[in-house]
Amino acid sequence: MLDKNGIAKRIAKEVQDGYYVNLGIGIPTLVANYVRDDIEVEFQSENGVLGMGPFPFEGEEDADIINAGKQTITTLPGASFFDSAMSFAMIRGQHVDLTILGAMEVSENGDIANWKIPGKMVKGMGGAMDLVASAENIIVAMMHTNRAGESKLLKNCSLPLTGVGCVKKIVTNMAVIEVTSKGFKLLERAPGVSVDDIKNATEGALIIEGDIPEMKL
Amino acid sequence: MINKKVDNISDALKGVSDNMTFMFGGFGLSGIPENAIADLVKRNIKGLTCISNNAGVDDFGLGLLLHQKQIKKMVSSYVGENDEFERQMLSGELDVELIPQGTLAERCRAAQAGFPAIYTPAGYGTEVAEGKETREFDGKMYVLEHAFKADFAFVKAWKGDAAGNLIFKGTARNFNPVMCGAAKITVAEVEELVPVGELDPNQIHIPGIFVQRIFQGEMYEKRIEQLTVRQKA
Repeated sequence: MLDKNGIAKRIAKEVQDGYYVNLGIGIPTLVANYVRDDIEVEFQSENGVLGMGPFPFEGEEDADIINAGKQTITTLPGASFFDSAMSFAMIRGQHVDLTILGAMEVSENGDIANWKIPGKMVKGMGGAMDLVASAENIIVAMMHTNRAGESKLLKNCSLPLTGVGCVKKIVTNMAVIEVTSKGFKLLERAPGVSVDDIKNATEGALIIEGDIPEMKL
Repeated sequence: MINKKVDNISDALKGVSDNMTFMFGGFGLSGIPENAIADLVKRNIKGLTCISNNAGVDDFGLGLLLHQKQIKKMVSSYVGENDEFERQMLSGELDVELIPQGTLAERCRAAQAGFPAIYTPAGYGTEVAEGKETREFDGKMYVLEHAFKADFAFVKAWKGDAAGNLIFKGTARNFNPVMCGAAKITVAEVEELVPVGELDPNQIHIPGIFVQRIFQGEMYEKRIEQLTVRQKA
């Protein structure tokens, strides 16, 4: 079973040379720590920066340079700033190559729910609906089950949707799964996790073909 | 040169009144029009509809207007980090319309650019699209979203001149440029108002034609919402 850093490490292997990548808040943010350093990747933050660098050293922070989580950041050589309309032009116009975000639920047809729990204070969708409606390549980073132990990979999402039929791949603490027209296709197992464990933790249709290899991290 | 400079903040906000719709630039607390907000707090006008990506924090930004119950409705994409907001929303005192961030930007830009509405894929198949016109283009579904209509846009830039030209800094740019010219009157406040001719025309982000009034803010706190640093190795 993987922890959050393990999930981030596995997803980092999906990031390819020349990619522009948008990282959501939570586990996705950790992905930046594990991207190979022999490839060129630029991170986009929807509040208006491309070419995000690490957090600043203490005393070097700038209130005018933050990420979408409102954290102080730095920029790397070649970075650029832009307004919110241009930022979402990059996203909606499919100029960003890869979007990695968290989810509360994903359904076997690729629907995603990650912004609202009825009865609880709703904070808003931020840029999530724009991201999932447009990105060609969306990877969801999440735990396989919720705190109550219930599957987050469902036949149908029970929570209000963020987007429909958009998720392509899911990396959880247990597995790597591809979303196909026939349902969740199991690609890889996390170390120490059996195919049966994954089956038991997945409510939606799970397609298992041949031997399922263990993830290489 | 057409002069947009006003002598004081009172002139800059002349004409604001109860029940108006205002746009506010900023993302979180970055790039918010601090001086305009402070003056609106002083005027204590009520029943406002505020279009702003976020709603500030309890004691800063639009949180100051919320505290005095000046806001009737918030139109935002994300409204966390604000206890008073949550209280007013849950008690029904405050009306909240949540819309996707890219749609928020584009509804401003549409108003700025003279489009009555735009089609966006964001929100299709979700509750955001309920009751809205949808249409298929090349096999993909889109939602019709209308341009905003606002009385005033309050924006904040880094540098500006009396002609109303603006230059923004870093990610404090965010929604500010798309709100310029998107309301009947755009009021720009700047950290530094420089003499006309000093700004390089090649470097101007927003031409003065989109700005009706400009002034230099008295002071800027520029509060950091989530100070995050790394340790030196």
